[in-house]
Amino acid sequence: MQTKRTIFRSRGLPYLLLAPQLAITIIFFLWPAGQAVWQSFLREDAFGLKTSFVGLANYTRLFHSPDYLNAMQVTLVFAVSTAALAMILSLLLAVAVDRLIRASRWYTTLLVWPYAVAPAVAGILWWFIFNPTIGIMPYVLASVGISWNHLLDKGDAMLLVIVAAAWKQVSYNFLFFVAGLQSIPASLREAAAIDGAGPVKRFFTITLPLLSPTTFFLLVVNVVYTLFDTFPVIDATTEGGPAQATNTLVYKVYMDGFVGLDLGSSAAQSVVLMAIVISLTVVQFRFVERRVTY
Amino acid sequence: MAAITIENLGKTYTGGVSAVRGIDIDIRDGEFVVLVGPSGCGKSTLLRMIAGLEEITEGEVRIGERVVNRLEPAERDIAMVFQNYALYPHMSVRQNLSYGLKNRGTPKAEIARRVDEAARILEIGAYLDRKPRALSGGQRQRVAMGRAIVREPAAFLFDEPLSNLDAKLRVSMRGEIRALQKRLGTTSVYVTHDQLEAMTLADRLVVLRDGEVEQIGAPLEVYRRPVSTFVAEFIGSPAMNMLDGEVAGGTLRVGGASLPVGAAPGKVKVGMRAEDMRLAGLGETAIPARLAYVEELGAQRLGHFEVEGQRLIAAFPAEQALSDEMALTVDPSALHIFGADGRRID
Amino acid sequence: MVENQRWLDILAHITLILGVVVVAFPVYIAFIASTHHPVEFMSGMMPLLPGDNMVNTYTEVLSGGVRAQMTVPLTLMLTNSLIMALSIAIGKIVISILSAFAIVYFRFPFRMTAFWMIFITLMLPVEVRIVPTFKVVADLGLLNSYAGLSIPLIASATATFLFRQVFLTIPDELMEAARIDGAGPMKFFRDILLPLSRTNIAALFVILFIYGWNQYLWPILVTTDADFYTIVAGIKRMADVVDSEPLWNFIMATAVLAMLPPVLVVIFMQRLFVKGLVETEK
Repeated sequence: MQTKRTIFRSRGLPYLLLAPQLAITIIFFLWPAGQAVWQSFLREDAFGLKTSFVGLANYTRLFHSPDYLNAMQVTLVFAVSTAALAMILSLLLAVAVDRLIRASRWYTTLLVWPYAVAPAVAGILWWFIFNPTIGIMPYVLASVGISWNHLLDKGDAMLLVIVAAAWKQVSYNFLFFVAGLQSIPASLREAAAIDGAGPVKRFFTITLPLLSPTTFFLLVVNVVYTLFDTFPVIDATTEGGPAQATNTLVYKVYMDGFVGLDLGSSAAQSVVLMAIVISLTVVQFRFVERRVTY
Repeated sequence: MAAITIENLGKTYTGGVSAVRGIDIDIRDGEFVVLVGPSGCGKSTLLRMIAGLEEITEGEVRIGERVVNRLEPAERDIAMVFQNYALYPHMSVRQNLSYGLKNRGTPKAEIARRVDEAARILEIGAYLDRKPRALSGGQRQRVAMGRAIVREPAAFLFDEPLSNLDAKLRVSMRGEIRALQKRLGTTSVYVTHDQLEAMTLADRLVVLRDGEVEQIGAPLEVYRRPVSTFVAEFIGSPAMNMLDGEVAGGTLRVGGASLPVGAAPGKVKVGMRAEDMRLAGLGETAIPARLAYVEELGAQRLGHFEVEGQRLIAAFPAEQALSDEMALTVDPSALHIFGADGRRID
Repeated sequence: MVENQRWLDILAHITLILGVVVVAFPVYIAFIASTHHPVEFMSGMMPLLPGDNMVNTYTEVLSGGVRAQMTVPLTLMLTNSLIMALSIAIGKIVISILSAFAIVYFRFPFRMTAFWMIFITLMLPVEVRIVPTFKVVADLGLLNSYAGLSIPLIASATATFLFRQVFLTIPDELMEAARIDGAGPMKFFRDILLPLSRTNIAALFVILFIYGWNQYLWPILVTTDADFYTIVAGIKRMADVVDSEPLWNFIMATAVLAMLPPVLVVIFMQRLFVKGLVETEK
């Protein structure tokens, strides 16, 4: 690991400086994580009187439970759709902004502020817009013959959370795409133009491939976002329903743990989530290190 | 003011690599000593060990009468001028100069006095309130020196301070540093890889090679009597010519010429400075040389020759006509003869 | 942008304007809704222009005079949010900068262990450890307190790594010159390192303030006492009314107020915000 050429000679000071962070890390991160792992091997009996060690039973039960498998599928659909929607929209906007030089600062300001909106608030806003009784969208959709009710229709519910989650992510992706586009030397695109490639062709053969480090990075970040930061969106809109249609993995952990009070199962689910995050983080670090620079 | 004594100094890194070994140098009070040598010879490491920025693994450094091995840099009463100036970018020049004194609890009035005095000597009074980024390279270097001066330390340590300046500025700053040091009389240790800088600044030179002292002496002494082929080829520009030769029966055969010498028989290396070469007169033993190309320096003309497959440079007055084949010679007294091990034979 | 075709530029403008409209749409609707009387929502046809009920709605919501919807005045919730956001932002910056300083400028046993321990927190977002962390906080008696709201969130790694990067790029000679100038480690930290880190601290503050303000899951777990509700966490509770139709104008007014501080921060400190985002992702 990189270090400085000269350092301070001091026995105790570094420990003192690190103490607050390490203390909080141990108390509020490592210890609870260990607890979750331990807890996942236990099960409480029906009356909450006796807890017993059950080995991997919680895990096997989990992977055989249709609810959990449903949650995995829901999460997958949700993650892929939201990431795709958010990334495509933001790429479009980034490419457009990249073309214009003068107005770009204004457009950028107008497009990045949603980052500041809390996911919970985003959820409430879109829930209001799509509310079957008083929302404006169902009204508009009804006038063209489409009926909308996310309280009853599973597809509608999924659509709602996807839209709400993607809306929030567009500004983040937009910023990074703009930066990525700016790092592509103009000379490459000019050379392609001289070689006879029109703008669309240039986009697909030059710009997009050169943007791939940014794209990959954003893909990982977006997936992590949909896995974890979207909890408030779901809680504020569909609460996992109707009938588990939008019950993602992270939402299920909450429901089973705090509402259902099934600690063993919730702990096992937490551990599974931990494993997913770890693999995603490893992937992210592997590839962030290999960011292409010119 | 103090003398600096370096005794058997060495530095070995964990893992066994040694940067510096067995260094013995006695620096007199008020002397300007230059540590010179190629990259990697250990000169900077040595300087930093004196400063306290590198741990000493063997030997001892004494500043004045004190052994400073275990002392923090701030406690050694030294001041350092860095190659990259190391000025605090967010502080004004005045604040940069005062920082060290403030940390030592020097009274405000005294700080102001010293800062103003240093500013006067270095002619930086006009930018005392500017930040370093608003100054040119030369100005920043002066401020760096000012920071050292205000401390009124026992010794100045210079770590290649002029390497980042352009050639012309380097020459003028060189002179200023020399004049300053003479005026203040502070013991100074100066590191450079530039042998010309070393020659012009030093009271005494220390030539270092691969972590060891090769030769210590006054510039002219080192120039006239280098103790090894390394020193001979390192000091002086253009570099000293080094030809293969053989001594037999009181005569040295080198480059096709025969010269009388009092050395023991055997294979030797013969050093000849470009300015000691001259045209062979009639009847004089000669080195046949083929001219490869000519360098015009204005005041001199350097001929680059080939002699028995080896390179030879000879210096001539600017008007001297040079031809493709020339006969050169040199006085035996101007020869530097080194044994096969590279050490001087007298 | 090689061709000078006007139509491409126009297309770009159209795309962007559409983008801005879509992005602004929900917030616009919310704002409109907050300015109308609830009766106008019944029909399902939403008015598209601001109504006349704005001042009324906002004052009622801020002073908490609506019994059915919430028991706490919004001013209290806003204050709670502010305290939590500031505590998280400031707390995180302080402990991270000290940790980064220790890791970069010192060498000591277990240094690498400490580094990896901090690194691990990147892989443990609160969502993967909610039940046990809740238990720890409860056991420590920190439920329903500002400490409980903020402390468990301030130890994650991104800020530490950011400062580590910053410190690694500061030239070694500055620290050596400072040592020769008689500055010990903490003096160096205060006189040299901190001033040179100013913009990074400011950029990070923007990002962390937004992060802290927008916290949802953790506050709803840790606060059961209404006095400690934050506005972002409280908003959903308002919409959760069982017995009567929610008063949408109040909910939307709350939403607008919940969004306002972070959005203002982003707009007015856009450059710092962008810098903070980009730096922390490196």
